[in-house]
Amino acid sequence: MDKSEHLDLYHQMVLIRHLEENAAELYQQGKIGGFLHLYIGQEAVSTGLISARKPQDRVITAYRDHGVAINCGLSANEVMAELLGKATGCSKGKGGSMHMADPEKNFWGGHAIVGAHLPLATGLALGDMYQGNDGVTICMFGDGATNIGFFHEAFNLSKVWNLPVLWVCENNQYGMGTAVNRASAVPEIRQKADGYGIPNERIDGMDIMKVREAALGALEQVRSGKGPYLLEFLTYRYRGHSMGDPERYRQKDEVLKWEEEDPIGIYRKYLTSKKIASAKALNEIDTQAEEEIKQAVEFAESSPEPAPEELFTDVYVEEV
Amino acid sequence: MTRITMREAISQAIWEEMERDPKVFIQGEEVGVWGGTYAVTKGFYDHFGPERVRDTPISEAVIVGSAIGAAMTGLRPIAELMTINFAFVAMDHIVNEAAKLHYMFGGHFKLPLVIRAVGGGGRQLAATHSQTPDVIFAHFPGLTVVSPGTPEDAKGLLKSAIRSDNPVLFIEHAAMYQSRGEVPDGDYTIPIGKSKIQRPGRDVTIVTYCKGLELSLKAAEELAKDGIEAEIVDLRTLRPLDMEPVLESFKKTNRAVMVEEGWKSYGVGAEISSRIYEEAFDYLDAPIKRVAQKEVPLPYNRTLEQMALPQVPDIVSAVKEVLK
Repeated sequence: MDKSEHLDLYHQMVLIRHLEENAAELYQQGKIGGFLHLYIGQEAVSTGLISARKPQDRVITAYRDHGVAINCGLSANEVMAELLGKATGCSKGKGGSMHMADPEKNFWGGHAIVGAHLPLATGLALGDMYQGNDGVTICMFGDGATNIGFFHEAFNLSKVWNLPVLWVCENNQYGMGTAVNRASAVPEIRQKADGYGIPNERIDGMDIMKVREAALGALEQVRSGKGPYLLEFLTYRYRGHSMGDPERYRQKDEVLKWEEEDPIGIYRKYLTSKKIASAKALNEIDTQAEEEIKQAVEFAESSPEPAPEELFTDVYVEEV
Repeated sequence: MTRITMREAISQAIWEEMERDPKVFIQGEEVGVWGGTYAVTKGFYDHFGPERVRDTPISEAVIVGSAIGAAMTGLRPIAELMTINFAFVAMDHIVNEAAKLHYMFGGHFKLPLVIRAVGGGGRQLAATHSQTPDVIFAHFPGLTVVSPGTPEDAKGLLKSAIRSDNPVLFIEHAAMYQSRGEVPDGDYTIPIGKSKIQRPGRDVTIVTYCKGLELSLKAAEELAKDGIEAEIVDLRTLRPLDMEPVLESFKKTNRAVMVEEGWKSYGVGAEISSRIYEEAFDYLDAPIKRVAQKEVPLPYNRTLEQMALPQVPDIVSAVKEVLK
């Protein structure tokens, strides 16, 4: 990786952080409705992972999807506009926080039913295999999704059909408010892949360089035709499951301990100690990202509401 | 025209579409090596190969879910559910994904997908394997629900479904695969979302679909002996629903009977009658009658099962009542 690539990744991480912090404020002001699941604390996973993909690789994820959308190349404007339910949003204001996508950017959504997108991922991968493409489908999901039947059906089929899927578990240690050890029969999620003969690794998900390295290796293996692979990234979300989570299930000092291991802080230390970038240069990127998000908020707030006739569009594809 | 069975009609539709478009493939339990549990895909595996005739594990969520994903990439999968009763274990993918992805992402995704499922009772398979839950699926905007009653319609509608860019649930009836009918020669399609008058008449309108059509045609013959001419409107598609032929017929006969195999409560008949009340109240000469399944889980015992299912005499007496 050269310097400009590093700075780009750093920029993506701080852009996501600012986007999420602003989204939280807009939610408190009542400008964002519904649910809002923040990605703060997990930025290294998505950023490192998606930096390792090739353009033909598809990405599909769960409902904690704003950061993933940014990493896939959606603009902060269209993400913020979607959060505000505006016509200029990436899903025209019809999907909201949990349902963002852009197949042109090979981002196949934001899916809100826990685990339900894993079977979809097997189909995306089947699409590539059937058509002889060499793309890999990268499917991200939380630890909570590994306890539902969809996970097991999808893992099984991916191995039986030798599908080009990179399964990625973001283990943030809580399925909503229930700790992994209270919900999962095995302590490490990766052990579940063993049951399906799927090779797997457990990686520190707070360190973007480790994430990227693991992703590059796993993607290469899947692309070579060896079938599915699971990466489990240990990570942590600083905020509640969604806005309005009272967080009775964890102690403040647990959150503080993880915040010391902040993924942005870790990357900053790496970049400065390796003399890839000065603290001053990184601060400038911070300021720039802050400004971009400020503009994205202005864009979203000044964007039009969807026209009333939009209520009835896109229920069905119009047949020619 | 050639006289063929419903099974042959469905099989031909899939075969011809697979020959026509390499993006069409079929997947499901026992569709390949076995040749289909109802022998619809007999010979497909040897002809098209394992890539296009894909045997799956007994794993309905991923049968439907992976077909959705493949459809998102531009393929035209046909996902076969061995019976519609197993659709409940794939329910999330049918109603939360297939029906919604196009709308919810602002039109980003198209789903040229067909889910084939066999329903219906009368084969002593007891409560879990004999249901006609069609209306549950027809409830969801975004889904298209088709259920034909003749081989001609089955072939033409299934071809349209495979060529459609929308997700279509295509419901067949387990006791109708041997039903015979005339089918046009060569390639033809029948448009989805069009009801059809299957028998003209002047005295009463019978609205029905799928197995109900077979029963209603028999009932109409009985009624004709008494000089009663029933007009039968076959819905063929439950969503989107084409009410025009229904209303046109009703405005002529002023009396109607609804016939369906599913339960009466919240059923197809409830929907159609309600629409008649809303849109043609002034033409009403008698309360609308509904013939449907008794409100019980279907029992195994043959006599009890037949008691629960709608029968020809039920239709005959319902018609006579609305004509009183």
